[in-house]
Amino acid sequence: MRTLKTEKLPVATSEDVVAVRQAVRTQAQGLRFSLVDQTKLVTAASEIARNTVLYGGGGIVEIEVLENSPRRGLRLTFEDHGPGIPDLAEALKDGYTTGTGLGLGLGGARRLVNEFEIRSQPGMGTWVRLARWI
Amino acid sequence: MERIPIIKMAEFLLVSIQVDMHDKLALTLQDDLTNQIVKSHARGVLIDISSLEIVDSFIGRMLANIAAMSKVLDAQTVVVGMRPAVAITLVELGMSLTGVRTALDVGRGMDLLREALGAPAGVEANGVDANAQD
Repeated sequence: MRTLKTEKLPVATSEDVVAVRQAVRTQAQGLRFSLVDQTKLVTAASEIARNTVLYGGGGIVEIEVLENSPRRGLRLTFEDHGPGIPDLAEALKDGYTTGTGLGLGLGGARRLVNEFEIRSQPGMGTWVRLARWI
Repeated sequence: MERIPIIKMAEFLLVSIQVDMHDKLALTLQDDLTNQIVKSHARGVLIDISSLEIVDSFIGRMLANIAAMSKVLDAQTVVVGMRPAVAITLVELGMSLTGVRTALDVGRGMDLLREALGAPAGVEANGVDANAQD
């Protein structure tokens, strides 16, 4: 697997969430994702970016354009150094929320991508990686 | 301060969201609309989202909140113009927008609002009351 392009963006404010959505959209268009696939990936990115801001105290995202011949894809890796998630299995269930949201963020985002991986430890922050292939 | 404009037309409030809203802007719109319903005695709210490339759980919740609040304030809300890719993604995300009336475009949305307020859609009163037999 080759990395063709990589870009890092801050994810600290609600304006940053918009910037992440736009950057993911641009890369997905560059890869000629279908409109539905673009929309799914951008929506998933928006959910995870918001979690990074609200619950992770801000962090960064790395956007990578990958080639795993013959397929190409986009991989997003979000990382924060916030309080972490004590019970990941619970957090991935629909309806789980510690904040004011609907609790659709993590579980919903997972349904919108092809690959989803999350690592978190209380006190150590959270790491979420999503990928969608064309 | 950045704001989404709200247009008053007869007893309706019209909003067309033309920008990729960050969360604070969405919350401001929610507050502004609620205040405007009371201030202008509006009976209906039409929100055009045909320019929105994504609706994530936050924006979805904002739309549901506006619909619920307008109902409490004796006004109807119709959301119009959702793009097909957005609809597919929203459902997969787990949001069905229960309680939010939707229409395909502005014209049909206005018909829905007029109907909800008791006037026959798209037809001027001509002395014959279709509901007279009720």
